Amino acid sequence: MIRSLSLRLPVIAAAVTASLVAAGCGSSSSGSGGGAAASVPGITKTQILIGSHQPLTGPAAPGYSEIAPAANAYFQYVNAHGGIYGRKIKYTYLDDGYDPAKTVSVVHQLVLQDNVFAIFNGLGTPTHLAVVKYLNTNKVPDLFVASGCDCWNNPTAFPYTFGWQLDYIREGKILGSYIKQNFAGKKIGYFFQNDEFGQDGVKGLDFQIPHSQVVSRQSYVPTNVNVGPAVAALKASGAQVVVSFSIPAFTALLKLAALKLGWNPTFVVSDVGSDPITLAGLLEAFAKKGGATVSGNALTQGIITDGYLPTLGSTSNSWIALFKKVHDTYDAKAPFDGNVLYGEAVGYAFVQAMVKAGKNPTRAGVVKAVAGGLAQGASVAPYDYSASDHGGIMGAFIGVIKNGAIVQQGPVLTTDTTPTGAVTPFTGPQPAAPASGMP
Amino acid sequence: MTLVRHLVAAIVAGAVIWALSVQLNAFRDFQMAEIAVYVVAIAGLSVLLGLSGQISLGNGAFMAVGAYACALLMMHLNWPIWALFPASAAVAAAAGAVVGLAAARLQGPYLAGATLMLAVALPSLADQFPGVFGGDQGLSVNVTAPAALGATFPQTRWLAWVCALATLITMVILANLARSRVGRNWRAIRDDPVAAALAGLNVAWLRVLAFIVSAACAGLAGAMLAVTTSLVSPGSFTLSLSIALLAGAVLGGLGTLTGALWGGLVIVLVPTYVTDVATSHGLSGGVAANIPIAAYGVVLIVVMLVFPQGIQGGLRRLATPFLPTPPTRLGPPGQRPPASEHEGLDSPYRRPPVSEHQEEGTS
Repeated sequence: MIRSLSLRLPVIAAAVTASLVAAGCGSSSSGSGGGAAASVPGITKTQILIGSHQPLTGPAAPGYSEIAPAANAYFQYVNAHGGIYGRKIKYTYLDDGYDPAKTVSVVHQLVLQDNVFAIFNGLGTPTHLAVVKYLNTNKVPDLFVASGCDCWNNPTAFPYTFGWQLDYIREGKILGSYIKQNFAGKKIGYFFQNDEFGQDGVKGLDFQIPHSQVVSRQSYVPTNVNVGPAVAALKASGAQVVVSFSIPAFTALLKLAALKLGWNPTFVVSDVGSDPITLAGLLEAFAKKGGATVSGNALTQGIITDGYLPTLGSTSNSWIALFKKVHDTYDAKAPFDGNVLYGEAVGYAFVQAMVKAGKNPTRAGVVKAVAGGLAQGASVAPYDYSASDHGGIMGAFIGVIKNGAIVQQGPVLTTDTTPTGAVTPFTGPQPAAPASGMP
Repeated sequence: MTLVRHLVAAIVAGAVIWALSVQLNAFRDFQMAEIAVYVVAIAGLSVLLGLSGQISLGNGAFMAVGAYACALLMMHLNWPIWALFPASAAVAAAAGAVVGLAAARLQGPYLAGATLMLAVALPSLADQFPGVFGGDQGLSVNVTAPAALGATFPQTRWLAWVCALATLITMVILANLARSRVGRNWRAIRDDPVAAALAGLNVAWLRVLAFIVSAACAGLAGAMLAVTTSLVSPGSFTLSLSIALLAGAVLGGLGTLTGALWGGLVIVLVPTYVTDVATSHGLSGGVAANIPIAAYGVVLIVVMLVFPQGIQGGLRRLATPFLPTPPTRLGPPGQRPPASEHEGLDSPYRRPPVSEHQEEGTS
């Protein structure tokens, strides 16, 4: 007995040794980018290595898992056309399954082992919040986070972090100003996801819509699909317009619950939850589960929303044409939808930043380049990048869903994230995509 | 005597870990800390399942309790790390006592169901009370290496040290506990609760105690996870974490502490290693992303086919012909080595050998 006991922990020690040595061997082959003469991590004479954390599996994967391959498709296009100052972009995106603990793990792997130059387009608010401090402490550029949280725009605490997409506060203000003008005197109800996404959106709405007009505020958590009581409360409040900061599944649940109650208010839905293709599919699937048949496109008809990238249907737009071409060549298996457009557009922004950072890019250099401002790219409104602003796209247009596609209504509106900052039309035309397809 | 041997072994293991942490790169150090988290959590579950014969699908929730306790104590009271770990374990142990009281009345699938509910429901409390628990974004936990180690000292190496030390201490305690009267009593109630009760054991209390110990381990693991990832958020404590712990315990070998180590190694290293291989062979994104999950499944199936008693059970079986005396057994029914084995201290509470079929009938 005693002998066997004394065996136990040395066995543990031996096991640790064996497996970690084996793991160590595995790492030497995969660790790339460190061997060059250049002292900048991830940069060699021929390559720029960047990494990302993405939900490739798990609950957030449907839809979102298309983004990184789309960005990579654009990088392959750039690589095939000479790269950036002769360097080809290598994009390593690892799966975090939308689990913040996993995000920490994969980002450590990217930074410490793969030696990436930058983390690009890390997806998700709770996930990326888990690593934002780590990246800034280690001075790793954290470019164009894939989340509309206002939290990335904090140059004092996070000098290396930049947001990209229209943040939810700005989006709330833009939707709010439209509602204030077009639904004056009507009763407004809010339906929002009870986290930073929905709360920031509501914050923006409240900056614009008079409080007396808001008759009901209902929230949901993504883990509870029973929205019936919330929708019943909205109906009971007499709301004529319902503003929804929801993900697509909950926009669909909201619409179906209202239909069940025979209630048909005007719906105003945030960009995140209003992709007509996704919505129509979800509406039909959910209705089928409940034993009913509905036409998705008929139900999405008339939903008011906003967009910060050109609409997919505008085939004459030079950016849509470019991204469609890149998509067809390098990412043809994926549908050309909002997520793919997003991925390619944010990929373009990264190439812009690297071109601006010059022939000998450094980590501090690329941060300085972005903070010095980026020219407007595929987005309909310019970027706010400056030394004091790390937010990203400043505005969007209002759109209405017609026959399964978003149709732009009126001008592009821009604003800031302050309570009093005005929402103003942006009159500048969107610059055309460069003929070469590269910044 | 036993304590001394365990301590000596722990010191040897500690020395090996120290040597490794200095040799390996910063990311491998980080992985060591991650492995340590899983080893502690799995060891706790393994004690519950392998020794006391109770199942829990809710240890991920106890990890959440420990992690949030750690984050809150650090935020509001600014406790140092050496106090945070035991305190988090204690808070989780208290939660374990409450659940254990209810669990002592339940068995088999009913117990699994009740603890499953815990795993699903508890983490979402954080969403319900965002003011206290930070909602979906969670709370941040910032522990930095002491300045005495120097400004350039890798943070991840320090984390690896802290977590490894906590793990070794836990292992020594658990190893001693398993060989103490409590451990023997657990085995007795596991093998035959009626006989154990007739022999004068308080079956209900022993079951609650097993839950407390298991929850304390999970709580410590949660606190270690919080410190390692510098964050506590509900997204880290999903049902799949609880299932992963159970899979790790079964994979490693139920009721053995070394098995917990194997379980932790598999859970942490297999996905990373497979991802490295999959991406370096240029597999398409959709395929590469799902390969780690598939590989994990394959490992699970293969181990269960080849080593039904888990990796540790299998290794022990392979090594049996070379060992001078038969090893002691900690495993649950059905994992019993040949009946010729003497188990010294175990024997008073053991039933005479019965066939596997009969034993399954009682469980």
